[in-house]
Amino acid sequence: MTVDRLLPTRDAEDLLDLTRTVADRELAPVAARHERAESYPEGLFGVLGEVGLLGLPYPEEDGGGGQPYEVYLQVLEELAARWAAVAVATSVHTLACFPVATYGSPAQRERWLPRMLEGRLIGGYSLSEPHAGSDAAAIICKARPVADGYRINGTKAWITHGGKADFYALFARTGEGSRGISCFLAPGAAEGLAFGRPEEKMGLNAVPTTSAFWDGAVLEQDRLIGAEGQGLAIALSALDSGRLGIAACATGLAQAALDAAVEYANERTAFGRRIVDHQGLGFLLADMAAAVDSARATYLDAARRRDLGRPYSRQASVAKLIATDAAMKVTTDAVQVFGGCGYTREFPVERYMREAKVMQIFEGTNQIQRMVIARQFAR
Amino acid sequence: MKIVVCVKYVPDATGDRGFNDDGTTDRESVDSLLSELDEYAIEQALKIVESGVEAEITYLTVGPDDAKDALRKALAMGGDNAIHVNDDDIAGTDALGTSLILAKAIERAGFDLVICGMASTDASMGVVPAMLAERLGVPQVTYLDEVTVEGTTVKGGGTVKGRREGDVATELIEAALPAVVSVTDRTGEARYPSFKGIMAAKKKNVEALDLDDLGIESDQVGLSAAWSIVDTATKRPPRAKGEVVEDEGEGGVQLAGFLAAKKFI
Ligand SMILES: Cc1cc2nc3c(=O)[nH]c(=O)nc-3n(C[C@H](O)[C@H](O)[C@H](O)COP(=O)(O)OP(=O)(O)OC[C@H]3O[C@@H](n4cnc5c(N)ncnc54)[C@H](O)[C@@H]3O)c2cc1C
Repeated sequence: MTVDRLLPTRDAEDLLDLTRTVADRELAPVAARHERAESYPEGLFGVLGEVGLLGLPYPEEDGGGGQPYEVYLQVLEELAARWAAVAVATSVHTLACFPVATYGSPAQRERWLPRMLEGRLIGGYSLSEPHAGSDAAAIICKARPVADGYRINGTKAWITHGGKADFYALFARTGEGSRGISCFLAPGAAEGLAFGRPEEKMGLNAVPTTSAFWDGAVLEQDRLIGAEGQGLAIALSALDSGRLGIAACATGLAQAALDAAVEYANERTAFGRRIVDHQGLGFLLADMAAAVDSARATYLDAARRRDLGRPYSRQASVAKLIATDAAMKVTTDAVQVFGGCGYTREFPVERYMREAKVMQIFEGTNQIQRMVIARQFAR
Repeated sequence: MKIVVCVKYVPDATGDRGFNDDGTTDRESVDSLLSELDEYAIEQALKIVESGVEAEITYLTVGPDDAKDALRKALAMGGDNAIHVNDDDIAGTDALGTSLILAKAIERAGFDLVICGMASTDASMGVVPAMLAERLGVPQVTYLDEVTVEGTTVKGGGTVKGRREGDVATELIEAALPAVVSVTDRTGEARYPSFKGIMAAKKKNVEALDLDDLGIESDQVGLSAAWSIVDTATKRPPRAKGEVVEDEGEGGVQLAGFLAAKKFI
C-alpha cells in the first residue's frame, strides 16, 4: 500500500514517485533471493547513484540533491520497505559523506564530494572497534604522523559495506583522550589495508559487514578531515544524523511488515471468517499501525527540527529508540499474524523480524539512546 | 543535427482500459503515462548523442492537456525541448490523421532524424512511422533492434544504420539522412530519469501548438475524418479457471493431448 505522505514540495513528490518506481523494479523483485544467498547486489548502488538517491541531503553545488532531511528520510523509508540492507547501506553511505561535506576544506570538498554524492564512490563508516562500540571514545586504532601524512595501525570492526566500499570515514587516534581522535577519508583499497571475512549475521545478509586490519597503510595529509583531535566531535555529530537514517529504515521495515500482515489477514480464514474480522487479531493490526505511525511522526519531528537549524540531538535519539523498538514489535507481531507460515522462509515476515533486531543495536544501541536523552535532564 | 522523437501519452496498460460510447479511448477512468515502447526511442536518441553525435533532441506529442506529463518524463530522461500539439478538434483522430499532424509539426521544427517506438502500447498499430516517412518524403527504417548514426556534419548529411532481426534473417539496413526510424523493445533498457533530470526538465521549453499553427483544417482530423474507427468493443472476458491435470501416471500424455487440442503442438 502506498503510504500517504505529507511532502513539502512538488519536487519532493516527484522524488518519492521516482524512488518507488526504482525500488519496485530494482529492489523488491530480488531482495529475498540475495538475502538468502548472501550475495551482494553488484551494480545496484550504481543505479541508485545515477538516479540521484545517494546524496540527497547535501547541497546541489556539491553534487547533492539539495533535499531537506524530512524528504531524504522518507526516501530511505521507501527503500527500506523493499530491502532493509540496501536502505541501511544507503544511510551509512550518506553518513560517510557527512565529515567531508560538513568539515572538509573547499579543496577536499571539490576533490571528492561530487563523486561521493553522485554515488560514483560508495562510502562506509568506520568508527567501531572490537572492544569499543558503545564507548566510541575508547578506540585505539592509531594514526601516527609521518612525512606527508599518517600511518594507520589497528583493527576496526563492524563496517557496513566493508571491503566493497570505495572510501571510508575512518576514525583513529592521533593523541590521548577524547580529544585525541581524528577523522580521515580513507580509500577503499591501500597497501597495508585488509578486510576480514564478512560476519555471519542474523539478517542484512546481502551487504557485508567486515573488520578492517590496518597494518601501516599511509594516508596522505589531505585525507585528514577537520582538525587533528576533532574526530570524536565529527563522529558524534554525524551519528546524530545517522540515527535519523536508521529510524527511517526501521519505519520502512515496519511498514512493510504491517502491509504484509494486513494483506494476509484479509485472505486467511479461521473459524469461518477472515482473520482480520476477529477482533483479537484486528487489535493486533491496529497496534502495529499505531507503532508505525508514531515511528514516522517522531523521526519527522526530529528531521524538521534539523532542517530548521534547531537542536535535534534529543529528538534524533527518541526517534531512533521509538522507531527501532516499533520495528522489532511490528515485525514480531507480523510473524504472529502469519501463524505457522510466518515462521517459514516462504513468507517475508521472518526476514523482516531478523532485520529489525540489528536496528536496536547499531548507530548507538537503544540503551545509549536513553543515555543521550537522560543526559539532558541532569542539572 | 536535429533529432525528433515522437512520444505518445497512453492509458496505463496495467490499468482497466476501455472505450467511450463513441468508440474513442476512455481517458477518464484510467491513469495515463508515456507509452513504454516510446521509452526505447528516447533511450536510442540519448545514446546517439552520448556516442558523440552532436544533436538537439526534441520530443513531440499529439495529445490532450495531460500529455504534457509524457513530455516531462521524456525530458527528465534527457534531451532538450518538446512540442505539444493539442487541439479540441484532434479528439478521435486515427493513425492517418495523427501522422499528418506529426509530419506538419516535424516539418515546422526541422529534422534530420525522426525516431519512433515500434508501436504504441494502446492501439499497437505500428503504422505511424511508415506513414510519417511517406508524408515527409524521406526513407523509413523500421523495427530496428539496433541503431547508430554516422558521418553527420554541421551542414547535415550522414547516414542512419540499423539491424532488424527477422524470423529467418537479420537485415542490416541503412538510409541517408534525413530519415524516419522506429525501434523495438530489444534495443536495450531505457534509463530511469534521475532526480536532477526531473528538476531540470521543469525548466526545459515545451512549445504548445494547435491545428492553426500547423495549417491543418479541423475537418482533416478528428473522429469525423478518421479512416479507421472503433465499431464495437467487447470487454475481455474474465480469465477462466485453468484446467488442472492430475498426474496418475498419464500426466504427460494428458498434457500433450491438451496442447494438441489447442493446436499448440
Ligand atoms: C550489522 C552491523 C553493522 C554495523 N555497522 C557499523 C558501521 O558501519 N560502522 C561502525 O562504526 N559500526 C558499525 N556497527 C557497530 C555497532 O555500532 C556496534 O555494534 C554498537 O555500537 C554496539 O557496540 P558493541 O557491539 O561494542 O556493544 P557494547 O558496546 O559492548 O554493548 C553491549 C551491551 O551493553 C550495553 N551497554 C554498553 N554501554 C552501556 C551503558 N553505558 N549503559 C547501559 N548499557 C550499556 C549495550 O547497549 C549493549 O546492550 C555495526 C554493527 C552491526 C551488528
